Amino acid sequence: MTTHFGTGALGLYAISLSLYIWYLYFKKRLIGRAATLFLAGGIVLQYFALLERSRWLQSVPYEDLYGSMSLFGWLLAVTYLGLEIFHRHRSVGPFVLPFVLLLSLLASFAPAAAPAFPPAHGPLFALHVTLNILAYAAFALSFVLSVIYLLQNRLLRHHRLGTMFWQLPALEVLERMSRSSVIVGMVSLGVGMVLGFVWASRIRGQFWNADAKEIVTLVIFAAYASYVWLGRTSAWRGARASRLCVLNFIFVIFSYTVVNLFLSRYHRYF
Amino acid sequence: MEIVLVGLNHRTATVEIRERVVFSPEQARRAAGELRSRGILEEILVLSTCNRSELYGVPPESASDSAAAVESFLASFHQFAPAELNGSLYRHGDRDAVRHLFRVTAGLDSMMLGEAEILGQVREAYRVALEQGATGPVLNRMFQAALEVGKRVRAETEIGTRAMSVAFAGVKLAESIFGKLRGHKALILGAGAMGEQAVEHMRDRGIERILVANRSRERGEELAKRVGGELVPWEGVAAALRLPDIIVSSIGGADPVFTRPTVERAMAERSNRALFIIDLGVPRNVPAEIGELYSVYLYNIDDLTEIVEQNKKARENEIPRAEALIEEHVAKFEAWQGSMEATSLLNELQTKLKREREAFLRDRLEPMQHLSSADREQMARLMEELLDRVVIEPAERLRSRREFRRKLAAVEALRELFGLDREKP
Repeated sequence: MTTHFGTGALGLYAISLSLYIWYLYFKKRLIGRAATLFLAGGIVLQYFALLERSRWLQSVPYEDLYGSMSLFGWLLAVTYLGLEIFHRHRSVGPFVLPFVLLLSLLASFAPAAAPAFPPAHGPLFALHVTLNILAYAAFALSFVLSVIYLLQNRLLRHHRLGTMFWQLPALEVLERMSRSSVIVGMVSLGVGMVLGFVWASRIRGQFWNADAKEIVTLVIFAAYASYVWLGRTSAWRGARASRLCVLNFIFVIFSYTVVNLFLSRYHRYF
Repeated sequence: MEIVLVGLNHRTATVEIRERVVFSPEQARRAAGELRSRGILEEILVLSTCNRSELYGVPPESASDSAAAVESFLASFHQFAPAELNGSLYRHGDRDAVRHLFRVTAGLDSMMLGEAEILGQVREAYRVALEQGATGPVLNRMFQAALEVGKRVRAETEIGTRAMSVAFAGVKLAESIFGKLRGHKALILGAGAMGEQAVEHMRDRGIERILVANRSRERGEELAKRVGGELVPWEGVAAALRLPDIIVSSIGGADPVFTRPTVERAMAERSNRALFIIDLGVPRNVPAEIGELYSVYLYNIDDLTEIVEQNKKARENEIPRAEALIEEHVAKFEAWQGSMEATSLLNELQTKLKREREAFLRDRLEPMQHLSSADREQMARLMEELLDRVVIEPAERLRSRREFRRKLAAVEALRELFGLDREKP
């Protein structure tokens, strides 16, 4: 996807990442604001890049791996920005932006010619795909947040507090951010799944097709539901819940890779 | 010499001398008045805190060795024999005086590196002098710049951010667990000074509820009253453990305040909500094994002291950046001190006059239809010549005026007279 928009978005993300790192060390508010602004700029440009691509395809770019990766990166950036604004914390940016950058970079290697016209399309289907990718992006974010939580927790418990420690958000803030990210993911995964079932019933006449992807996705949903519940009410709150969240994301990766490529009959790159 | 500084601080003078050289605001006013009436200084500002007493001034043009005159004034004002202050006083002139003041407001010259209080003290000293009319253009600019430097250094370096006391380090740690302390509760065990200091920091940062428990009920009640907390009976501490998020303990005596099973039970009751224990007691109040419990974070006084030491080093590492900012502002001040001000004023004046002249000609020549365009041009030229002769040329003389303060006074007067906006210092 080597359009001007795509390249521009990459550039803005790169600048944003360096500003976020600068902000992490020196905590200048102006730098932090600039980092957010560049991120938002990157999001807007990537949106146009995606739009261009979906005009070619006449649908959301999910058919090929590049398109779906680009969409994933974009939704990750959008989710992060939403979370940052909601929780008013910028110090996680340096850890999320590398993923956004990497995904968009990989997506930019896509062949310039339009891929084959996808067999399945239509607004319902497009929404189903987009919502599920959004869910994956939100889960990816909660994964990053939980890893930072575990790292912080370790430093704190072993009394090893370096410069970095003081720059990161508090444990409880990380926990809250991770939880709200998971909730966003669950809602969009839930709606996305329902749309998928509706779509399947239209095409195949039945909701449930016992496809590997369907099963794994339900497992993922249940796993995250237990994370939210356990992390809130029981003895699992804190580090244990964060470990669960990290573990859950391994399911997501499994679903995104192994299931898509080898196990599923109807789901491919998304 | 344009600017003179005479003073002493915690590095050059003993506390016996420092406490005798302190100026109350009233004394500062009186000293300023006397220095001016005796013709030693024209502009004067007295900065006096518990660690320093400094006189900043601008001597009159004719004065020679004003620093010596200020020194002997300072000695006699505080009833010292003339030689008694030798060795305690330092004196700086011009650029060094400016740099010294900037270092002071930046907290580089403070006993505790980067402390913030000095900024308020300088602001107050400036306010007092300004109200009295003791300062003039030079000191005004210099102190406004100094306050800006102080703010910038604190905003752009970490010289003032890290905790320098054990109590505050504990509170900072609490914030890195819980985020904002609003909505959280603290339990204070024992009425030690350090514990109380920690509670005060927490209260400043909006902690929701403070519980106090002490072996002696009477002292516990006193503490609870002082910090606005509620007293918990000593026997009820174990039961109260399910409430707080933060426990600060500073109890004397060798017995641990609570045992591992007690805390384990409490953690179960609070369904493992994080518990941060600050143990300030020596010997330790809380057995180390409690720190191994899930979701319990235990820091003792040595851990906190180590953090403070690290912070001290981190602050010291920021000195070069602070010094660089200071040099930047010293250079800026010197540039201003040069003829920059007068030059920019002339430009502004010329632009303004040109604008006025054009508007005037437009308005007045409009009805005079009988004038040819050559006549109009002639009139415009004449008017320009006239304005040059009566306004621009005298103003131009400013540029060549060597004596700085006179020039400044004239510049101020011109700005006032022609309603030119002052550049914000």
